[in-house]
Amino acid sequence: MSLLEGKLARREFVVTAEVPVIDAGGQDEIERQLAPMREYVDAFNATDNPSAHAHCSPLAVSIGLRQAGVEPIMQLACRDRNRLALESDLVGAAMHGIENVCCLTGDDVTAGDEPESKRVFDLDGVQLIKLARVLDGGRYLSGRPLTPAPHFFAGAVENPSAPPLEYRVRRAAKKAAAGARFLQLQLCYRTELLERFMMTAHDTGLSARIALIPSICILRSVDGMRFVASSVPGIDVPPSYVDRVAQAADAEDECFEIAYELATHAMAQPGVAGLHFISFRRDAGIAKLCRRLGIKPQHESESHGHRPSVALG
Amino acid sequence: MSPGLLARAEHAVKAPVWGCQMCGQCVLHSTGLTCPMTCPKQLRNGPCGGVRANGHCEVKPEMRCVWVKAYERSERLPVWRGHLDHLHPPVNHALEGDSAWSNLVSGRDRQTPAGWMASPDVAA
Repeated sequence: MSLLEGKLARREFVVTAEVPVIDAGGQDEIERQLAPMREYVDAFNATDNPSAHAHCSPLAVSIGLRQAGVEPIMQLACRDRNRLALESDLVGAAMHGIENVCCLTGDDVTAGDEPESKRVFDLDGVQLIKLARVLDGGRYLSGRPLTPAPHFFAGAVENPSAPPLEYRVRRAAKKAAAGARFLQLQLCYRTELLERFMMTAHDTGLSARIALIPSICILRSVDGMRFVASSVPGIDVPPSYVDRVAQAADAEDECFEIAYELATHAMAQPGVAGLHFISFRRDAGIAKLCRRLGIKPQHESESHGHRPSVALG
Repeated sequence: MSPGLLARAEHAVKAPVWGCQMCGQCVLHSTGLTCPMTCPKQLRNGPCGGVRANGHCEVKPEMRCVWVKAYERSERLPVWRGHLDHLHPPVNHALEGDSAWSNLVSGRDRQTPAGWMASPDVAA
C-alpha cells in the first residue's frame, strides 16, 4: 500500500504536488526540482505531456522519483496512447513499484506546440480508471491473466468550474464507480463554484467514498496569470484576480497572496482530503505556502510521515 | 437487405439528424440523443475538463460542447435520464462502418472485452 493510500485510508490530510516538467539533466534534475518542497509533500505528480507539449515520460519520471526516495503519482493521459500502450505503461509502472496513478483524458493536441499530431483517445479518462481496476484484478482488458496481479491506487481529476456545472459531481461519482479513490480537482479561481462542488459532493455522500483534493497554483507574474486565464483549457479566471496582480507593487507577492487565500478557502470546504500544489516559481513557493497554512514538514509530524489531520469536514 | 445497404440506409437517416459517425455501437439513447462521436475526443462517458466557461468546446471554440448538449437534453427527456451515468465500455473499433441497427439486433454492440466484464463497477 502506498503512503498516499494509507494516509487517505486513515483520513489524514495529504499534500500532493506537481513535479515541474523534466526534459533533460537526468536524476540530478529530478533531485533539484524536489529539493525545495520534498519535506512538505506526501506524493508527487509526474505529468504526462501537459498541455500537449512533449516532455520526459511520466513513467520515467516516476521511476526517478522512487529513486529519489519520494512517492510518485504517475499521471496517464488518453491523448497519446491507445489501450495497448496504456496497459503496458500501467503494468510497467507496477513492475517498478509505482502504485499511485492519476487517470486523465488529457488536453487536446491543439492545445500544444505540435497540433498536427494524431489525437488518440482510444479510451476516455473514465475508461482508463476502470482499466487500472481491471489490471488490479489480475487481468488484461482482453481477459488474459496477469499474475500476480499488480496493485494500483487509482485516481483521476475533475473540474469543478467547467460546464455543465450541475453535472460535474455526477461525473465525479462515475469516476468513483469506475474505481477512482481520489480526485485531484482542476485549479478553480471561482471560489463559489468550488464551494458548490464540495457541498454537493458532501451532501450526496461522494466525499465519504472518494478523497477530494483541490489544486492551488502559485504563479509569479501577471503574464503567467493571463496565460492561465486565456490558454489553459477549462480554467476560468475572474478579471479581478488579473487586475490585482497587474496593479500590485510586487506581482510575485500578490500571486502568493492569492494562492494563500484560495488554499485557505479550499481547506475550509466540507470533505476536503488534502491539497495539490502547482508552482511556477523558481523559489521554494510550495514550502513557504505550506508553512503559512500551518502544514508541518514531515520530520516535525507526530509520527514519521503521518501528519495529524487538518480541517477534515 | 444486405449489411452494406443497411449501413447506408442507417447513415442516410442518422447523419443529417445527429451527425452520425457510424461507430456501429450507438449510444444515442443514453446521451440525450446527442452523438458522443461528434466530440473531437470522441468521449463516451461525459465531458472533458476543458469545456469553456461559455459551454463551448475546447478544440472547436465555435461549437457548443457535445456533452453540455447531451446533459441538457437528457434532463429534458422523459425516458433514459439516468442513463447518462452509465459507464460505457471502450469503443470497439472493429465495428466502425457497420450498421448499429444490425449490431443491436445481433448483440455485437454489447460485446465488451472479457477483462472489462470480469471487473464490476464499484457500488455507490
